[in-house]
Amino acid sequence: MCGIVGIYLKSKKFEKSLGGMLSKMLVSMESRGPDSAGFAIYNSDKNKIYKYSVCLNEMSFEKFKKEIKKKVKFTTIEKNSDHIILKSIEKPNKILPILESFAEISLVGYGKSIEIFKQVGSPSNVVKKFNLDNFSGTHAIGHTRMATESAITTNGSHPYSTGEDECLVHNGSLSNHNNLRRKLKKNGSKFNSENDTEVAAGYISDSLKNRNLKQTLKKGLSELDGFYTFIAGTHSGFAVLRDEIACKPAVIAETKDYVAICSEFQAMAHMPNVNNAKIFEPEPGIVYSWGK
Amino acid sequence: MNLDLKKLKLRSVNEKLQSIDRKTNSRKFTISNPEGNHAICAGLTENIEVTIKGHVGYYCAGMNQNANIIVDGNVGTGVAENMMSGKVHVKGNASQSAGATAHGGTLIVDGDTSSRCGISMKGIDIIVKGSVGHMSAFMAQSGNLVVFGNAGEALGDSLYETNIYVKGKVKSLGADCEEKKMDKKHKSKLKELLKKVGSNIKPDQFKRYGSARKLYNFNIDNVSNY
Repeated sequence: MCGIVGIYLKSKKFEKSLGGMLSKMLVSMESRGPDSAGFAIYNSDKNKIYKYSVCLNEMSFEKFKKEIKKKVKFTTIEKNSDHIILKSIEKPNKILPILESFAEISLVGYGKSIEIFKQVGSPSNVVKKFNLDNFSGTHAIGHTRMATESAITTNGSHPYSTGEDECLVHNGSLSNHNNLRRKLKKNGSKFNSENDTEVAAGYISDSLKNRNLKQTLKKGLSELDGFYTFIAGTHSGFAVLRDEIACKPAVIAETKDYVAICSEFQAMAHMPNVNNAKIFEPEPGIVYSWGK
Repeated sequence: MNLDLKKLKLRSVNEKLQSIDRKTNSRKFTISNPEGNHAICAGLTENIEVTIKGHVGYYCAGMNQNANIIVDGNVGTGVAENMMSGKVHVKGNASQSAGATAHGGTLIVDGDTSSRCGISMKGIDIIVKGSVGHMSAFMAQSGNLVVFGNAGEALGDSLYETNIYVKGKVKSLGADCEEKKMDKKHKSKLKELLKKVGSNIKPDQFKRYGSARKLYNFNIDNVSNY
């Protein structure tokens, strides 16, 4: 099971309601994934400021704020439930090691436009907890998880981000993730969980160093073994790929204003003018992408 | 009678349609605002007509007997799965496993279906005006699958006695499926099926595919094909 959802806005018309639309999708996909939920939301780049999404876990916000002040020059630090968004002009190669030195926290994503929030619990509780309805942005990806191969934890929740402005959600399971994890670790990739999707996200980030997203996913068809429908996000849009057996569902609706993708049509039934949209299922083994 | 799924619960709508009094004259229903819900019109047994206005989710019209169900939109996985009799007409596209394991009746899809259309079908007639996805008619046992468009990879894999008629291109045939001669009896059967959808296309324009009957029983010479 698991539910995956995504919205890419072609016009500015719905930017303010992006969070609200994604929230309804996630709640509707609760039946496919009641264990945890998460979302990545992209808001247009602002100059040179980086946003670091961090889950504080057991650490108190005050303690973290006090500690991080000593180590990092930041512009703002915003708390949203147990997550924080740290904004700074400092580059990831400087900030990431500092954040990693805090044993209690988990870095869930970073980039110039991405913000990631994910937590255990039912999707309806998770979207309420982070006030997803109030978010605006250009595109967003979400996931509801029915845990199979690894534990129900924040680190086991999707989306996975292992690179700047990159994230991945996955419905399915991979069978060669242990081998692939070993290979990627040798190349310097870091992993925080035993989860198969995290390996796929690491694979994509590693491959993106040398090729674009479309080429990366095409190459993935021969190197990622298992069942999957993926939605991979970047700062400018997202791409969709189903494995060649295509057991894991996906339906896409496209209008002049937006592209919506969900595991099941019912999750997008609330989207504006969806009944007149071009509705289709992504074909197996073919990469579909929107944005640059 | 109109049943609005925005106002009524899915379960109450299905219960109502499943328990039609045989003596009643009211036999035409519409369902509005289906919004992708699953199992709409599953388990109907009476000779009634139901039109669903919009896109529906999984297992629509599953196990149907006698009812005539029209979907004015797309359907999700497993439309008319295990249908026994009656008719299901989808005006849009259908997702995977359309008509799966169905024993009888007719399924008509005006658009395309995705993978595994007619998987393990056991006597249903499926007529798809568009194309079908990969592994269609997988382990199909009996009945007819008619495709106006193209068929994806591995058509009719491990096929038993279903007849497959395709007008367009077949990407590849599955294990034990082969092109067969169109005899007179096949042409007249196909003509009858085409008549059901009001099509004037000549049966000659289709090719027939069926089982090579080599995988029915275990044979050591075929071990690599099992």
